[in-house]
Amino acid sequence: MRTSPITTPLLEAQNLMRRYWMRRGAFGKATEVRAVDGVSLSLERGKTLGLVGESGCGKSTTGRLVLGLETPDAGTVAFQGAPMPAPGTAPWRAQRARMQMVFQDPLGALDRRLTIGVQVREPLDIHGIGDAAAREKRVLHLLHATGLRPEQAERYPHELSGGQRQRAVLARALATDPALLVCDEPISALDVSIQAQVMNLLVKLQREFGTAILFISHDLRAVRQVSHRVAVMYLGRIVEEGEPDDVLHSPAHPYSQALVSAIPHPGRGGQRILLQGDPPNPADRPSGCAFHPRCPVAFARCSQESPALTARPDGRLVACHLAHEPAIARAA
Amino acid sequence: MSDVAIAAPAARRFRLPPTLVMFALGWVGLMLATAFLADVLAPYSYTALDLRNRLAPPIGFGGVLIHPLGTDELGRDVFSRLIYSIRMSLLIAFGATLIGAALGTSLGFLAAHFRGLVEQCVMALVDFSASIPFLILALSVLAFFGNSLTLFICLLGLHAWERYARIARGLAISAGSQGYAAAVRQLGASPWRNYGRHVLPNIASTLIVSMTLAFPEIILLESGLSFLGLGVQPPETSLGSMVGYGREYLTRAPWILLSPAAVIVLTTFSVSVLGDWLRDRLDPTLR
Repeated sequence: MRTSPITTPLLEAQNLMRRYWMRRGAFGKATEVRAVDGVSLSLERGKTLGLVGESGCGKSTTGRLVLGLETPDAGTVAFQGAPMPAPGTAPWRAQRARMQMVFQDPLGALDRRLTIGVQVREPLDIHGIGDAAAREKRVLHLLHATGLRPEQAERYPHELSGGQRQRAVLARALATDPALLVCDEPISALDVSIQAQVMNLLVKLQREFGTAILFISHDLRAVRQVSHRVAVMYLGRIVEEGEPDDVLHSPAHPYSQALVSAIPHPGRGGQRILLQGDPPNPADRPSGCAFHPRCPVAFARCSQESPALTARPDGRLVACHLAHEPAIARAA
Repeated sequence: MSDVAIAAPAARRFRLPPTLVMFALGWVGLMLATAFLADVLAPYSYTALDLRNRLAPPIGFGGVLIHPLGTDELGRDVFSRLIYSIRMSLLIAFGATLIGAALGTSLGFLAAHFRGLVEQCVMALVDFSASIPFLILALSVLAFFGNSLTLFICLLGLHAWERYARIARGLAISAGSQGYAAAVRQLGASPWRNYGRHVLPNIASTLIVSMTLAFPEIILLESGLSFLGLGVQPPETSLGSMVGYGREYLTRAPWILLSPAAVIVLTTFSVSVLGDWLRDRLDPTLR
């Protein structure tokens, strides 16, 4: 289900792990924080994988790892079948033309001293694509494709609205026609009305450019709108992965259930699952299943044994003891 | 962007800068012209003696016409000496400021780019440099290596480099960890492009302000060292050495000291005003 054996997927990440060391106080002992702990994912050409989870669950780090902006402490990332070169090296820089990132804060991601046109052209200049005339044409084409007017090429980032800036960031990211786009919370800094526009634009651009997208968001509905598959992350691990509609309609993992129930719904009051306990602290990982202290249906085994992410008969990947053994679920 | 610029906003028309800035521009321009044209402008050589007109006051205070700003105790023309002093002091101040800014910014960028050991070494140097009284360092270097103009300028260039290094490192790190520099890096830009084309223009305003602060300091430092006899050596002359030298005649012939002092004040003031104005002009968000 995850990988077809014949064609290699565009992006294949295996057991990614990223640790940080955190020190409490001036002389405190450094404690290990596993931001990402054994994440595997694969992405087909032209498809979108949505990555959802609460803040601090490691979804942005996962995005940076698969882009090769950081090197994982363990695990591998393969892009078009080849391993990732080390960050900062010449092959790594050349590979940037094939994979791009869209940031959460478009104003921060743009250089406020350069006009939009210059910045959209910059990837072409960096990678030496086409001559001057071809680059100009490409810039105009990109501006048009992202819904910006040609004269806005002369504007500075602060002269545009938030949505227009994110369009400019998208135009820049797509300049080299990359095969992979990692969108890290691309809409959370925007107004609700603009969010929908930018998401529709993403879908349109994906159809036009055939780009694979890793869409990172904490908004389950946004992810559903653009994704072909959804992965739910909790404390550095993927706890559930499947088709967006399936995950949204019948979430299998208790954490996904809580997430789905948190989506506001007219006419369905009072059914929200309110999670107990504090948000997770990656420096102090619970034993067994990381979710068990907050899980409404946890039982003894959950605190001892960490559930593996395995496929259910219907193809959904779930990391929960209960989801695979409905008998226990009923007994509990 | 030739064919895109059809409807470029017409609001960015040229506007005359404020009066104060115009004055500062004019003054700095005058100083630069004086420095470049010193040989043409000066009526006498700065060592020429006129023993009959020693300690002559300026015109309007009972002086003689041939020495418009008076003469010193050896009868040397203050106006001519002032012109040559301006050339020398501007050379030292601009040279040292630029050396300090270039050195500090490069080291700051190196620290921000490589982090780790390089950063620790640079920051150790910064702390070292900030903790040594500069005058003592300058004294010892000049005492050991003798005095030459090149060495003197380079030495003064070391005066404020740690400030630029700190600023450049801090701003480059913040831009690199989250923001435009990180975005440009992941576009595949080389470090040269990233630092030269993006980080440097973005932090230039802060550096320029820092430079306009350092510029007067260097002029004053040069005056101090020249006063101690370690700066510009006679018969060469600079604004600082003129002030230091004229101090002895403060009560009898104040014009020897007052004219170079006025030039120092006006120049440092103009540079500060210009720097402030330039910072605003260079920022497209403030237009």
